Amino acid sequence: MAVAKNKSQGTLLIKGGHVIDPAGKINAPMDILLRDGRVAEVAPANKIRTSADEKFDARGLIVAPGFIDLHVHLREPGQSYKETIASGTAAAAAGGFTSVCCMPNTVPVVDRAEWVTWLKQPERGAVVNVFPIAAATLASKGTALTEFRELQRAGAVAVTDDGKPILNADVMREALRQSAELNLTVVQHAEDTRATQACSMNDGPPAFRLGLRGMKASAESAIVERDVQLAQQFPGARLHVAHLSTADALKPVRRGKRSKARVTCEVTPHHFTLIDENVGEYDTNFKMNPPLRSAADREAILVALADGTVDAIATDHAPHAAHEKQVEFERAAFGITGLETALGLAISKLHREHRIPLTRIVELFTAGAARVLDLRGRGSLTRGSFADVTIFDPKKRWTFEAAKSRSKSRNTPFDGWQLTGKVIATIVGGRVVHRIE
Amino acid sequence: MTKAARGSLLSIEHLQASEILALLKLTRRMNPLKPRPLLRGKRVVLLFYEPSTRTRTSFEIAAKSMGAITTLVQSSGSSIEKGESLLDTGYTLRAVGADAIVIRHPNAGAPHLMAAHLDVPVINAGDGMHEHPSQALLDAYTIQRHKKSFKGLQVAIVGDILHSRVARSAVHLLTKLGAKMILCGPPELLPEVAASLAPGVRLTRHLEDAVRGADVIMLLRVQRERLAGLKIKLQDYIDRYQMTATRLKLAKRDAIVMHPGPIIRGLELTGEIADSEQSKIVQEVSNGVPTRMAILARAVGKAGK
Repeated sequence: MAVAKNKSQGTLLIKGGHVIDPAGKINAPMDILLRDGRVAEVAPANKIRTSADEKFDARGLIVAPGFIDLHVHLREPGQSYKETIASGTAAAAAGGFTSVCCMPNTVPVVDRAEWVTWLKQPERGAVVNVFPIAAATLASKGTALTEFRELQRAGAVAVTDDGKPILNADVMREALRQSAELNLTVVQHAEDTRATQACSMNDGPPAFRLGLRGMKASAESAIVERDVQLAQQFPGARLHVAHLSTADALKPVRRGKRSKARVTCEVTPHHFTLIDENVGEYDTNFKMNPPLRSAADREAILVALADGTVDAIATDHAPHAAHEKQVEFERAAFGITGLETALGLAISKLHREHRIPLTRIVELFTAGAARVLDLRGRGSLTRGSFADVTIFDPKKRWTFEAAKSRSKSRNTPFDGWQLTGKVIATIVGGRVVHRIE
Repeated sequence: MTKAARGSLLSIEHLQASEILALLKLTRRMNPLKPRPLLRGKRVVLLFYEPSTRTRTSFEIAAKSMGAITTLVQSSGSSIEKGESLLDTGYTLRAVGADAIVIRHPNAGAPHLMAAHLDVPVINAGDGMHEHPSQALLDAYTIQRHKKSFKGLQVAIVGDILHSRVARSAVHLLTKLGAKMILCGPPELLPEVAASLAPGVRLTRHLEDAVRGADVIMLLRVQRERLAGLKIKLQDYIDRYQMTATRLKLAKRDAIVMHPGPIIRGLELTGEIADSEQSKIVQEVSNGVPTRMAILARAVGKAGK
């Protein structure tokens, strides 16, 4: 650097914490020095001699790379009554996410480079990093592909028609061909919508009892099967299965991984926590797409989270206004919020109930997610990485109150839930954007 | 969401057997020809989002005969047509002083939504494919008039069970009272998952199997448009599942035939069966009035207090 900066400017020393950085293979008490938006030093306790202008006492806390959420709906442009980039990223910060990837199913659909640029402008008021995912097809209609290269140049980190699948096999094949060429991930919302018309929950005994039409697991797995086969045709193509929810869909993902195809998948906290029976008597806060599945599906997902088949935990944070949820179940909007409850659910369910190690959970929120989209310098605390850090207390018990959410919406099934594991501070680019005492 | 107001009737599934028996007992005390003014001055709103003849008229007659004021609100010719939400319609009806709301709606769970937000009793008069509690109660009342006890009674339900709210309510009710339920139909109309509805429910694809030794046979209407969508040939259905005099002979000698209506002669049953001694189809319709009197009395009348 040409101009020498004041030594202490923009430095933050995180002292006394226990660092878990799966990418850097660290699981030990360490101090971390952040400088000029990067990780400057990671060293055993009290070994960092550099003076810092700010210190963070992390004694008794876990210090992890900043969490990355591969799947959020920030609702801008066009639906700011549900969420804005400012409110959605504030919720992300509260949930420990330093980076969020926002979905393009907005109004209008993010299918042009101008919208990608717009999403990244400082005027949007984002408090964490926003990585736009652009539409894979024009207006996400599933017919004509968007200009992948231009979207990528503008800053899109992946393409998807999320909310809907890329149903046409020829369109998907071409998307994956270009994916290989551009090293750009295609994110698939795997749902054969021809088989899920008028369905509002998972097919099974609860749906039958409630008189609701059910989505079959095969509507998800059939698309994943097809996509994995297509991805295998183009070496280097990157296929990512969004919000995987069924045991059957895990099979082609495993097969794809074994064949060295670049197939990845994510799972949401609600799918590893809840099942279709939890819909109860038509509670629309339990309605999302993909729907809550059977107990057997949830078991299979827990195994896949533990054994490495699943690459990342993603929230599918989908805020909706009260009037879109307080209607007949079949007419209610799909989706729930999830940014602020993700870590608490992961620790309460995966770690405490199912004995998945904390290191693995951190990997699912960090390195695993970064690898899916090849986000360089993210998801790790190795020297030179971006100074994105999440500090949490894995033992703290707390109660989630939807009314106090930073999101503009309240559509969560977890209101009033007692959780263990709470985010204490979220640091983005070396700056503390969220902190509780 | 809060609990439904006292007196609401949203489903049979969540009723205790004792509550069902109490309603049946109350039904027996209701005399449509000499009704007591249990609902004098009460306002009962009939909110119908779907066409209905039997259910609507019998609720209306039941309410009026006990002295209530009734108002019919239908989707056409009301604010519903202008896009008013179900809850806003509910708040409006509450504001004009409704003491009870009887609702028929094409979406499963619509009565539950209303009951969770309004402090007046909500009575489910049929919600989507979910439940039709008053129909199940009038059917139970009808059965009770012909059979000594529900315990061990063999009941067959035949036809389109997948789409039927009548079937769901009937299975819950009769199972709770100790009857043995056999469901019968082709896989397209009777998926395997139906057996999970209540404990002990048995499925069969053969009508003869369902009818053999039965005390009660409940037939369901065949909806031609649905069969077309499911690619089932009408003639195949008739060959395999139509209730005929020959098939009925397999049942107990004193077996009764029921049907929630409207019936289609020559399809799910022959005209001969519909008009036979064993058919209680017309009686079911008349039993709808005292049953709904009991439901309303329980909801808002003095008998319910």
